[in-house]
Amino acid sequence: MQVIQDTAVRLLKMAATKLPDDIEEALRAAYERETDPTAKTQFSAILENIEIARTGVPMCQDTGIIIFYVKVGSKFPFMDEIKAALEKATRIATESVPLRPNAVNPIVGGNSGDNTGVKIPWINWEIVLGDSLEVIVFPKGGGSENVCIVGMLKPGVGLTGVKKLVVDNAMNYMGKACAPNIIGVGIGGGADIAIKIAKQQLLRPLNDKHPEPEVAQIEEELMEAINSTGIGPMGLGGKTTVLGVKVDYAMRHPASLPVGVAVQCWAARHSKAIITKDLKITYVTHPLEGE
Amino acid sequence: MAEYHFTTPLSEEDVRKLKVGDIVYVTGEHVYTARDEAHHRALEMFEKGEKPPVDFEGSVIYHVGPVAKEVNGKWMIVSAGPTTSARMDLFEDEFLRKYRARIIIGKGGMGARTLAALKEAGAVYCSFTGGCGALAAKGLKEVRAYEWQDLGMPEALWVITAEKFGPLLVTMDSHGNSMHDVVSKKVQDAKSEVYSKIGVSE
Repeated sequence: MQVIQDTAVRLLKMAATKLPDDIEEALRAAYERETDPTAKTQFSAILENIEIARTGVPMCQDTGIIIFYVKVGSKFPFMDEIKAALEKATRIATESVPLRPNAVNPIVGGNSGDNTGVKIPWINWEIVLGDSLEVIVFPKGGGSENVCIVGMLKPGVGLTGVKKLVVDNAMNYMGKACAPNIIGVGIGGGADIAIKIAKQQLLRPLNDKHPEPEVAQIEEELMEAINSTGIGPMGLGGKTTVLGVKVDYAMRHPASLPVGVAVQCWAARHSKAIITKDLKITYVTHPLEGE
Repeated sequence: MAEYHFTTPLSEEDVRKLKVGDIVYVTGEHVYTARDEAHHRALEMFEKGEKPPVDFEGSVIYHVGPVAKEVNGKWMIVSAGPTTSARMDLFEDEFLRKYRARIIIGKGGMGARTLAALKEAGAVYCSFTGGCGALAAKGLKEVRAYEWQDLGMPEALWVITAEKFGPLLVTMDSHGNSMHDVVSKKVQDAKSEVYSKIGVSE
């Protein structure tokens, strides 16, 4: 329990204060690529912000509603301690990092003050073969969450209709989601499955292409189309509107074409660790010094 | 694209100089945070003839819900990037006319009502890069008071001394120009070209 809890506290701290390397590299490359002076000012502020945050300050004041993705091996010996450890870690990190208290009761109002409450932190569970535990913490801000959508399209509109939905959404919210964004698209399944797949795509490395060439091509086309809108960083104009578009799918019902579109701000914060059955920890996205 | 360094309080003459695309850094004691609820309360107090705890004339109003922490009885701002300003469109025009604040800071821009009020009252809207909470906190040096605490940490009125707070990009000036409107129009104009890349014809 203590090991899982301590690991999760470090994951929360690292996620809030330091971007995964691939995201940071993409932002630096975008700064170099932009020629528009306004776009340059936005990226230079972002890069300076990243440097300050690295010293242990949350890079964005909106540290999100706390979400975990957990893959637990069927033979992991401490399975029944995971939930309580993650909740406790959330309370501790809220105080120690600090994170902004963001858990508000939608029925009776009021902020719980510690980022926990009814069903929050939300834990996405997956049981896999094996004896270790993988934990990803994924704090996501409200601005980008507010422009996520699910479209229940008519199957007749085909993949062109799917692409149009994604592009229209981007042209509608412009810079509101703190562009440059990463967009995750989930096609098929059902309404809930489509948006779940979409959100999971946001955790893929930026250089990761979908293994099926047809899907990889959709990713590329969407990225190129959205970057040609000229929306730019923070919607103030420029070449870089998205850093990546990631697509995946599930089989669909003959009568349905559900499409989930999940949007991530430039502060694409997440942190991942693996804990073995002997409680050995490997920090994947944010390795310890010397590892 | 000129760069300006201002010390608060600001005069109408100061901000009338500013044009869309200019960069501003602010230093001084008249920097206040206000989101939906603080705007609402300030306007209510004006109606009732009551005085808010600070004088907003010549001030800088920042749309932000900060992360703050109390160390040895003194509050400090930890991270404080801007929130979406469009929500404050409901209040800002009246607020500007009544209280004469000179710089509004936020992200995403504001609408036609606010743009008209900026022109009439002599004020500008500046964008601070969204998500840059750590950078913003660096310029928000000292918390002098934490007013309207009953509204909660994000919605309260934080009274701040700023030191070279910026870069603030003027995206709506006092002459009726809005960079947000210009970019929106460009994006609309690019629409058929964007559609052609995904095989959609309008």
